[in-house]
Amino acid sequence: MGEAHYLEHEVHGWAARDCSGVLSPFKFSRRATGPRDVTFKVLYCGICHSDLHQIRNEWQNSKYPMVPGHEFVGIVTEIGPEVHQHKVGDHVGVGCMVGSCQNCDSCAKGAEQYCECMTPTYNDVDQDGKPTYGGYSALMVCDERFVLQIPKSLPLDAAAPLLCAGITVYSPLRYFGMDEAGKSLGVVGLGGLGHMAVKFGKAFGMNVTVISTSPSKEEEARLILNADNFLVSKNDQQMKKAVKTLDYIIDTVSAKHELEPLLSLLKVNGKLVLVGGPEEPLQLNPFAILFGRKTVAGSTIGGIKETQDMLDFCGVHNLISTIETIPFEYVNKAMDRLAKSDVKYRFVIDVANTL
Amino acid sequence: MGEAHYLEHEVHGWAARDSSGVLSPFKFSRRATGPRDVTFQILYCGICHSDLHQIRNEWQTSKYPMVPGHELVGIVTEVGPEVRQHKVGDHVGVGCMVGSCQNCDSCEKGAEQYCEHVTWTYNDIDHDGKPTYGGFSALMVCDERFVLQIPKSLPLDAAALLLCAGITVYSPLRYFGINEAGKSLGVVGLGGLGHMAVKFGKAFGMNVTVISTSPSKEEEARLILNADNFLVSKNDQQMKKAVKTLDYIIDTVSAKHELEPLLSLLKVNGKLVLVGGPEEPLQLNPFAILFGRKTVAGSTIGGIKETQDMLDFCGVHNLISTIETIPFEYVNKAMDRLAKSDVKYRFVIDVANTL
Repeated sequence: MGEAHYLEHEVHGWAARDCSGVLSPFKFSRRATGPRDVTFKVLYCGICHSDLHQIRNEWQNSKYPMVPGHEFVGIVTEIGPEVHQHKVGDHVGVGCMVGSCQNCDSCAKGAEQYCECMTPTYNDVDQDGKPTYGGYSALMVCDERFVLQIPKSLPLDAAAPLLCAGITVYSPLRYFGMDEAGKSLGVVGLGGLGHMAVKFGKAFGMNVTVISTSPSKEEEARLILNADNFLVSKNDQQMKKAVKTLDYIIDTVSAKHELEPLLSLLKVNGKLVLVGGPEEPLQLNPFAILFGRKTVAGSTIGGIKETQDMLDFCGVHNLISTIETIPFEYVNKAMDRLAKSDVKYRFVIDVANTL
Repeated sequence: MGEAHYLEHEVHGWAARDSSGVLSPFKFSRRATGPRDVTFQILYCGICHSDLHQIRNEWQTSKYPMVPGHELVGIVTEVGPEVRQHKVGDHVGVGCMVGSCQNCDSCEKGAEQYCEHVTWTYNDIDHDGKPTYGGFSALMVCDERFVLQIPKSLPLDAAALLLCAGITVYSPLRYFGINEAGKSLGVVGLGGLGHMAVKFGKAFGMNVTVISTSPSKEEEARLILNADNFLVSKNDQQMKKAVKTLDYIIDTVSAKHELEPLLSLLKVNGKLVLVGGPEEPLQLNPFAILFGRKTVAGSTIGGIKETQDMLDFCGVHNLISTIETIPFEYVNKAMDRLAKSDVKYRFVIDVANTL
């Protein structure tokens, strides 16, 4: 015990102490590098909307002190003797999971996020009984099976949000076959998730329509993200004209909203995937899916292999997130701005330089 | 005009005159047999729940006098000179549609029921501007492309309702891949649609669980329909034990009901298809599909080719509906019983013998 103890890593980070969600400097320890562990210096960490929900205990399951962050990247400094997938000097990242049972149907299907024993990156308890701490910190120790390789061609800071925002849209776009060149994709909402969905859609060769409540987002949708079309969802005339024009829709909105107007935009056999998590139930008019044989599906993040596939795809297509880099001192202000969706399109903390 | 006129068919049938829905004898005419028409003597016609809704104007679209019936079967008596698919003496049937544009995306995909110009078998207007009349009548004239071949090995009376009830469940079971031997299928509701879903599920080699509000239906589900399991949806204990045990669910219930308990029965990646048409919106808790990547889809009847495939499948597997045959004089009483779901599992009118 004594011997293992001095090999533990003392780590600096930022934590929320209570449900006010205010973050401040915090020292904690991570386990010594185990046989299958990869240890890396964290360079950047994205701020996900889930971080905001959890530091403020909005999901009623927060444990404090909480070090959030599940979109973080860095450079490997040490590996355990049984590690084969990564080596010192690699660019790597960790997303929303640090462990799963590796034995169940979900794990076997590469969908570890649905494993009943999945360990989230933070606000949980690891297999050694210790709390898990996320990427708002200087160093990470993680089982190699949950560490992803970041293609060296991608800038690390703008790659960080791929680990949650990216995979959350990439996984269902692939799984539900919403990736066919020439088909039309509607993207509802233009935040962290939505802007990545537009980028992936364009990379797949699809015709992409952004659907938003804010007319002011049209310019950026077309000019920055190369969307082909833009629909204001509260504009009845525009929506009516667009009825039955879309093969697929990915809905990234987490506020409560109406499904039926979106479903009316789908062609026959169209699919709508929900990836945002509105907290209140949505109304589903059965005839909105009976007529036209339409589908409503849900999806949560993605499995490890899928995430690696996505990162490799991004490496080939030079796809990264559009980010605003911030120092740690700005993090509480960033959280307030995030609550108002005031960011294009993800904050990324410059961890190594500002911790 | 004069010459064509005497070639028109004078037809006896039963019609509803007003929204009381009471049916009584009615004489009308059908067009002369055109170049692509098939004319057949109607032997049997199933009573679909839609007939009940429409004679009573429950969908607010009824035109009177209305001759309902869209599960009609009989023997061909005449074919037009350009008819290739059918000949005199064939056993044939007509389902819910008698025409479509044959030109659009839906028609080309063999999903004519979603064509914007689909012509319904009754309560609609045909290309010639005349009202369409359904199978509660002695004779039918129909474009050959909407006439189905009934395998001669199947008894015509018990084959009739394959044309609506059968295809309504068969189509989504095939289209959504809910037909893999060894997988598990839940069937919600045990009426005309539900009992056929159980039969198809068993024919596909699936493990079938009937889910019903009525414990009294368990015996018939197991003994008559060979269901493997039975769940009483209001029994919380049973439902809890069955969580995450089903690959697929087909929901045939047309009354308002809760989706969430049903979705909880699905395994990861599970699919639920709605084929009943509850008139009020259902509540959809997004997390019920986000967690587990589940799908809710809808489906309406089926296309012509699908319907023919189904009939051929039924011929091979000797699959027919379980019916109660009635004379025309009983039809109003049957409608009242149908409104109370008091039938195992479909009424079929013995048209030829009792008109």
